[in-house]
Amino acid sequence: MKLLTHNMLSSKCIKGVNLGYPLGIEARDIKVSKVDFNSEFVTRIIPKLDYKTLYGAAEKLGHATDLPQTVVENFESNEDFLQKVHHVLLEVEVIDGDLICPETGRKFPINAGIPNMLINEDEV
Amino acid sequence: MSSGRRPEHQAPPDIYYNETEAKKYTQNSRMIEIQVQMTERALELLSLPEDEPALLLDLGCGSGLSGSVLEDNGHMWVGLDISRAMLEVALEREVEGDLVLSDLGQGIPFRAGMFDGAVSISALQWLCNADQATHKPAKRLYKFFSMLYTSLSRTARAIFQFYPENPDQIELVTTQATKAGFFGGLVVDYPNSTKAKKYFLVLMVSSSAALPKALGTESDNTTIAFSKDRAKFKKFHGKPLKKSKDWILEKKERRRRQGLATREESKYTARRRCGKF
Repeated sequence: MKLLTHNMLSSKCIKGVNLGYPLGIEARDIKVSKVDFNSEFVTRIIPKLDYKTLYGAAEKLGHATDLPQTVVENFESNEDFLQKVHHVLLEVEVIDGDLICPETGRKFPINAGIPNMLINEDEV
Repeated sequence: MSSGRRPEHQAPPDIYYNETEAKKYTQNSRMIEIQVQMTERALELLSLPEDEPALLLDLGCGSGLSGSVLEDNGHMWVGLDISRAMLEVALEREVEGDLVLSDLGQGIPFRAGMFDGAVSISALQWLCNADQATHKPAKRLYKFFSMLYTSLSRTARAIFQFYPENPDQIELVTTQATKAGFFGGLVVDYPNSTKAKKYFLVLMVSSSAALPKALGTESDNTTIAFSKDRAKFKKFHGKPLKKSKDWILEKKERRRRQGLATREESKYTARRRCGKF
């Protein structure tokens, strides 16, 4: 699971959960792979991101060392910043671990890089 | 398709798409070709702004065949599917998109306004079935559509290619989609063909633009099909034309009924004589 997906995932499918965001993250296995850099895509996605969540998740996984804490001004032209966001967003992947609902504490296991968001019928 | 052959009647999707079934989607070139064609058409119907990389949602992504088409067009995608075996095939194929195991009928687990569009190839008909005692298709469809509606951006569209079993299913799906707030409707490509006929549900988030035109419907009313055969007006007036073959045959028949001596019909009957006589 890429951190882009984590930035969007919520547990609001569970009955009684209002927002279910951001999901806590516990990683046991992390993989860093190479993905082609597409500056246009990163530029377009940054305004939509919840940057605080992204930074928090990157910090938890130990990949936030050179990532600024907030979105820099004029990020469109800041190639260096875009590269860093690209790296955290698309190249860092959680292979094994858990996602945790902030409201109920329910765990969603991540196996082989696929988060399991299935819930039981009594939770719907 | 006869009802016995519909996969959604055989088992729930997480059971039906096991390792053997999933493997077909990497090996059967015909299946792959059809999936790719339908995804290309769905992408065309999405009508995204050109040359802009978008973030798309693939609902029921399976082994990621449709996702590969999205990648080839320069888009980033996230796929949802209920079958773990299919998602494992997608991992083997090393697709670029991210995969999430989830049941569409339980809703879309994403926060609001993130995606620029959604495609779904041959998945929606699965939601019309109740696989468990607690499942209510209309309720599940409504939850699915309403959560999809919130997770899409304001200009987005969602395109569903699906195989409705009967008109009631189309009615069920479109009612729930409209109830959830979507505009749009059904586009049927090649409506006069049994095999090439494809149903696309085109849903739009913001106010309804005109529905895209379906393929293969052009030549219906404007032209008349060419035929080599001449129009014949046999027995138009009750009696055949005098001295014609039909007239002679009828006359011979009448004489036979009267008990008169009549020669049998042969290949020379009613032939014209050659010019020598």
